[in-house]
Amino acid sequence: MTPLDFTLIVALISVSAGLLGSLVGVGGGIIVVPALTLLMGVDIRHAIAASIVAVVATSSAAASSYVRERITNIRVGMLLETATASGAICGALLAGVVSTRFLYALFGIIITWTALRMARKKSGEAHDLPPDALADRLQLHTSFYDRSLKSEVPYRVSRTKLGLAVGWLAGVVSGLLGVGGGILKVPVMNIGMGMPIKAATATSNFMIGITAATGAAVYFMRGDVQPFVAAPVAVGVIVGSKIGARLLGGMKGRTIQLVFVGVLAIAAAQMLWRGFTQ
Amino acid sequence: MKTRDPISVELVISEILRWGVRVSLGLILLGTALCFLRCNDYGVNGGTPEDLHALIANGASFPRTLGWLWSGLFALRGQAVLVAGLLLLISTPVLRVMAAIVAFSIHRDRAYVGISLLVFLLVVTAFALGAA
Repeated sequence: MTPLDFTLIVALISVSAGLLGSLVGVGGGIIVVPALTLLMGVDIRHAIAASIVAVVATSSAAASSYVRERITNIRVGMLLETATASGAICGALLAGVVSTRFLYALFGIIITWTALRMARKKSGEAHDLPPDALADRLQLHTSFYDRSLKSEVPYRVSRTKLGLAVGWLAGVVSGLLGVGGGILKVPVMNIGMGMPIKAATATSNFMIGITAATGAAVYFMRGDVQPFVAAPVAVGVIVGSKIGARLLGGMKGRTIQLVFVGVLAIAAAQMLWRGFTQ
Repeated sequence: MKTRDPISVELVISEILRWGVRVSLGLILLGTALCFLRCNDYGVNGGTPEDLHALIANGASFPRTLGWLWSGLFALRGQAVLVAGLLLLISTPVLRVMAAIVAFSIHRDRAYVGISLLVFLLVVTAFALGAA
């Protein structure tokens, strides 16, 4: 394999990472890191740094469409970002104090439980939500046009405090383990706060960019971002995310939910394996 | 929701993200093309397996200074153009937080000016902690 082959193959693999990441709102690290290390023989440090750049790329490339189409709820996004960003700072401070093995095991179990809950719950059943004064005051309720239903979907947001708490926890996890922010944000917005699955994944996708950008900047300063590896990853992921952003609007909510459950299952398996075997 | 305002916050954020991604994609593609075609950073004519090995397998870090970036940009060095693209890409989310502060101010939406400012300050703090 020559550098030219490497560039083209990595760009192609990254298209699929961007596509998946933009649909389910979790970035694309689940594909990028194993593909780079196991398939392409890239050093793990460079692979992780490239995958963080990939998360930023997925988020920004897809969010420009989702925000314009108002599938992203920017108010919920900005509000929960305060929680995730402060969580990420706490996570970074706690690093080295808590056993990451224990954390992988714990979050593997939490994610497995979440996957089971989401697999059972159908999208759009959220009519029995308690009223939430905080959501009223912060004007979180909104609507978006759903192309698959060919109608405007209004929704009310509930349990804002739960969202903030889980958002904070998601920040701690990503600060400690470097992964997994979106994996907790999508379920809490969907089954906790009562947002439609499309709004939940698009809002999570919007949010993960800012946490990842901070991480990417730090990796850059440490010299872990190898431009030769990161460049084709970024290009492929941007192309894939643009395709995903076009597809999401027309897809059925239930389909996206099931794809997300699949991603959760893979993430849970990876975390449980790291937690119990390493 | 307020009555018709000058420009929606969504549109401002969307445009910032769109152009940030477009320009960085352009720079990364141009930089990669220059690396392969003009500077031979990745070997001659697409390179050899040995060139690839040297590029990925050693796990070496890529420490570069701003001085290197500037002089490289003026000399149109492939890697400098590419790194400028990557830096713009990872700055784009921060730019959209700054844009949100401005956009919410235009709409006199005090609560969300405060929330966006808080996000910005937390991001700066997180970066300062990570860099230290």
